[in-house]
Amino acid sequence: MKVLHAALVVAVIAVVATPAGAQVAVRGAIVYTMAGAPIRDGVVVVRDGKIAAVGPASSTRIPEGFRVLEAAVVTPGLVDAHTVVGLAGQYNVDHDQDQLDKGDPIQPELRAIDGFNLQERLVEWVRGLGVTTIHTGHGPGAVVSGQTMVAKTWARDADAAVVVPEAMLAVTLGDGTLESKGKWPGTRGKAVAMLRSKLIEAQQYTRKSSAKDESKRPGRDLKLEVLARVLDRKLPLLVTVHRHQDILAALRVAKEFNVRIVLDGASDAPVVLDAIKAAGVPVIVHPTMVRAGAPGNSETENVSFATAAKLRAAGIPIAFQSGYESYVPKTRVVLFEAGAATAYGLSFDDALAAITIEAARILGVADRVGSLERGKDGDLALYDGNPFEYTSHCTGVLINGQVASDQPH
Amino acid sequence: MTLLLVAVVAEAQERPIAFVGARIYTIAGAPVDDGVLVVQGGKILAVGPAARVTVPAGAETRDVRGRVLLPGLVDTHSHIGGPGAADQADPVQPECRVLDAINVRDAGFQKAQAGGLTTVNIMPGSGHLLSGQTIYVKLKDATSIEDVAIRNADGTIAGGMKMANGTNSQKEAPFPGTRGKSAAIIRTRFVAAQEYKRKLDAAKGDAEKMPERDLAKEALVEVLDGKRVVHHHTHRHDDVLTVLRLQREFGFRVVLHHVSEAWKVADEIAAAKAPCSIIVIDSPGGKHEAVDLDWKTGGVLEKAGVLVGFHTDDGITDSRLFLRSGALAVRAGMSPTAALYGLTMAGARMLDLQDRVGTLEPGKDADFILLSGEPFAVATLVQETWVEGVRVFDRSDAQDRLWAEGGYGASRPQAFTWCCYDDEGVEE
Repeated sequence: MKVLHAALVVAVIAVVATPAGAQVAVRGAIVYTMAGAPIRDGVVVVRDGKIAAVGPASSTRIPEGFRVLEAAVVTPGLVDAHTVVGLAGQYNVDHDQDQLDKGDPIQPELRAIDGFNLQERLVEWVRGLGVTTIHTGHGPGAVVSGQTMVAKTWARDADAAVVVPEAMLAVTLGDGTLESKGKWPGTRGKAVAMLRSKLIEAQQYTRKSSAKDESKRPGRDLKLEVLARVLDRKLPLLVTVHRHQDILAALRVAKEFNVRIVLDGASDAPVVLDAIKAAGVPVIVHPTMVRAGAPGNSETENVSFATAAKLRAAGIPIAFQSGYESYVPKTRVVLFEAGAATAYGLSFDDALAAITIEAARILGVADRVGSLERGKDGDLALYDGNPFEYTSHCTGVLINGQVASDQPH
Repeated sequence: MTLLLVAVVAEAQERPIAFVGARIYTIAGAPVDDGVLVVQGGKILAVGPAARVTVPAGAETRDVRGRVLLPGLVDTHSHIGGPGAADQADPVQPECRVLDAINVRDAGFQKAQAGGLTTVNIMPGSGHLLSGQTIYVKLKDATSIEDVAIRNADGTIAGGMKMANGTNSQKEAPFPGTRGKSAAIIRTRFVAAQEYKRKLDAAKGDAEKMPERDLAKEALVEVLDGKRVVHHHTHRHDDVLTVLRLQREFGFRVVLHHVSEAWKVADEIAAAKAPCSIIVIDSPGGKHEAVDLDWKTGGVLEKAGVLVGFHTDDGITDSRLFLRSGALAVRAGMSPTAALYGLTMAGARMLDLQDRVGTLEPGKDADFILLSGEPFAVATLVQETWVEGVRVFDRSDAQDRLWAEGGYGASRPQAFTWCCYDDEGVEE
């Protein structure tokens, strides 16, 4: 009797500790699991924040007492493969722009979490449209601007939102870093030389750090510690590049130092597809609707609505990004960027994969998010129609099994 | 397309062309299924259900079943072609004209054609209280701005006047530092223009009594006379009300542009009978005055009885995605009918061009677009764009497709056709 009583107390505590609505099931007229064929009239059961069951309604029991949400279309929570929301705020003034510090062109020691504002309105904005996981952090604009992280768009606080605290190291090659003043590079050749010099310095630092004689080891260097993890292939470089010569420069550096890279943006990618394919490098493709700008002074001048389709057709892994925007709109939305690409040759399935499971794979978090499978995080997006149609609405968002939004957006 | 090809097509237009079988949104009435549109000599000859429209003998017939015809889209606010007018010398420069600046060979013109735009109000920027005279153009293939300029009945080039309040025009002196100063500067300049107008009126055409010519004041008198509509950048609800206050004081005609927070003051806008041209962007913010931008603005204004149009503000949004602006407004509660009207006829009315463009009706300019499907579907593409009976965009043409889709070279200006050289060198 005493044992039973204790068990009851534990159960009561468990219920109190779990916020209301944590035990949820979602029923969809069509459920895109991204792990096999879509399920017509499907059910996803989420227990204690994790997916407990996925299957047809006819054979998947919804436990008693679970809150049931219904939708025309259910997808995994969307994954934005590269954004700066949470660091680059909506007001676009110095004090809410934490994605780029221009004090030094190479700052690998800057951590994303130290500037991440989970309550920022743009985080709420993308979440309301179905985005549950973001790869955010330091943006383009410096040879090495800092680290990125993977986080959920809804949690108790910023620390609790983190999925991967140190996801990639943000590098920019091309027009975006060329300042020709102070320590900043004035040419492409100089920028690449600076990056290579710093990686060589990190190689030497690693060598000295493993000296047998402890007294001969160098002191801690936050910059070089991070670059050492890059050289160890633990931390990939996220290289923002657009012009074809910059894409090739990125591949050249990756080969020289045998480091992992992910290409970011890559609007000229269609003219160097073979080189990208041969390097076995994934591409977080520019937002489909990104501005082309003026020829000569805009490195996205050759951008195409069909870049994603061309990369995908070549067998190169792709994901979409909302990217960095310097003005209005302050962020794009991966749901729309993927949808726009479907008008230019990308299939519905490939477009959805590029904002769910493929994005999760490129970010190294496919064990937790990106598909609806038993054991994965309870992250789901609900829609009242084809998610890519402009006139559909996102009607609900679940993150870790909790209803983060149930207002149509 | 080359100019030569345009000339050939233009000539061919003497022969009527009948587009048969499409779903036609005339905008002047209910959509017509299995419709027929007949154009000739740059004008619409007939439009309606197949059962009621007789295709003229000798007409070229295009089978467009399964596709959709719309009037050419009207963009009430664009910056294609590099429209620089006012410089940094003064916050109010009504004498400056964008027509003296625009490069009609800019790829932006070709991309706008690919988006289905046929009539565009090209404006100078919003970094001034008054940045100069705008120009209304037809997106024909051209070599000079005069080729595309729309003319008023008296032969003058049609356009409005660009004004702005809020944050963009606030900066170091002589620019204003506050909203109060912004309004005071505008009031001072308009009071001076009223005085100039009084002298003009008093002279009754007598050259001896006329005041000395003043280009800036002359342009403001056109505004006071209602000949030149004010196109006013304004975002915050209080800035919107300031525009309406100035409008009441000086009696100019105004179209409110962007109006991020119009949803907060929709009744006041409706009472002032001020048309609104709205922008639809992917997220709020990017600057203080746009943080409360909301996709529901179009629907709220529609319900309040306000005339609602749309604009690209190209390069803020891409002209090739203009239909999308209407679709997102529908997502947030605007009726599809009002959204289509907003992309076409509402804009025509805001530019005083309602008798020439904006709907598919007999006698109007043959400005129309052929779509692959319903206008607000994500996969729908503009297949052809026609201006005054001439096809200016054809997605099946490789060069047009480059402009439509993007890709290597898509942003380069159109090549000129050499006038004076051939392979041998300079012609005699």
